[in-house]
Amino acid sequence: MKSVMDSLQSLGHKGSGFFERLGRASILFYHILAGVPGLFLRYPLMIQQIYSVGVLSLLIIVVSGLFVGMVLGLQGYNTLVDFGAEESLGVVVALSLVRELGPVVTALLFAGRAGSALTAEIGLMKATEQLSAMEMMAIDPIRRVLAPRFLAGFFSMPLLAAIFSAVGVIGGYIVGVGLLGVDDGAYWSQMQAKVDLHEDIYNGVIKSIAFGVIVTWIAVFEGYDAVPTSEGVSRATTRTVVHSSLAVLGTDFILTALMFGEH
Amino acid sequence: MTIRLTEIWVGIFVAAGLAALFMLAMKVSNLSSYSQDGGYEITARFEDISGLKVRSAVTMAGVRIGRVTAIGFDKDTFEAVVTMTVEGDYNTLPKDTSASIYTAGLLGEKYVGLEPGGDETNMQQGDRIKLTQGSMVLEKLIGQFISRFLDSDKEAKN
Repeated sequence: MKSVMDSLQSLGHKGSGFFERLGRASILFYHILAGVPGLFLRYPLMIQQIYSVGVLSLLIIVVSGLFVGMVLGLQGYNTLVDFGAEESLGVVVALSLVRELGPVVTALLFAGRAGSALTAEIGLMKATEQLSAMEMMAIDPIRRVLAPRFLAGFFSMPLLAAIFSAVGVIGGYIVGVGLLGVDDGAYWSQMQAKVDLHEDIYNGVIKSIAFGVIVTWIAVFEGYDAVPTSEGVSRATTRTVVHSSLAVLGTDFILTALMFGEH
Repeated sequence: MTIRLTEIWVGIFVAAGLAALFMLAMKVSNLSSYSQDGGYEITARFEDISGLKVRSAVTMAGVRIGRVTAIGFDKDTFEAVVTMTVEGDYNTLPKDTSASIYTAGLLGEKYVGLEPGGDETNMQQGDRIKLTQGSMVLEKLIGQFISRFLDSDKEAKN
């Protein structure tokens, strides 16, 4: 009887802990948004953060985009050739990249590459009491440290996703047209006939913006909320990658159902 | 890392991202074949349009000259009302142009094929195509074929 009560109690504790963190994260989100307008006067801060969040993620995005596109070309060709429809390879590659793989895989890589770095950096700033020192100097660390990082992630993610998709389409072209002998004109013309600017490309960009907000929000919050010890920072970094990956995949399902559901 | 170098790299990054978006818009999607301005709308009524969708192609002599922009249903005559936008360049379609729904390939998608008539006056915004031929439904064709086959079988036995 006692153990049942204990487990109930721990369940309640975990539940209230979850809502407490969610509330703290939402309040922090609000404070960050309030700090965003002031950033346009201090754009060098932004440039620095776009460099570390966006430019440094460029290599992994380009390389994985190329390989994902090449794999799509290879797999798509093997399936389509059975139906004599290998001309549609361009459509398969472009639609799967622009609608799904571009935003989602970029967001997962972004969480691993940039999100973890953000959490570790902010967590370590907290552990070494740099954030408290700023507060002592009457500098709001949310505006000075968190807001530029958040805005940089918000800004970089759609660009990275677009680069991923574009490089992937080229990768599919290299394998499909270059190695497997799909007709060059058919690859592009079928793609242009079936991919819609509004329905596919805009929705892909909207998805990538949403994922950028989610990943950087989680990363910034976990860093700011980390237990200020080396173990706490390492746990916060792990949580960033796990939680933002799960959140991206869950949100992707909801967004896909909203955007492409009615067909 | 000097600030200048950082700025250059960020500039390259933003330019690459915008170039990728531009490539997706122009090369991957159908933006380059969009020329909505100056097009005019014509409607046609069909008995059966099954398979035709909004944004399906409207062709004449095999060349795409427009797109289907809306599909409606007339609840009094039980006909499908298809609205299509023909690009402004092709404004010399005769008034008695006829429209049929064809299939690209055996199981491909449906499109509207226009055939010119001999009228002197041209189609204008809001005009209606009077001669139409709906889409062929494979099940109906097979059904007709089987019933005819069974009939001839019966006659042979008699």
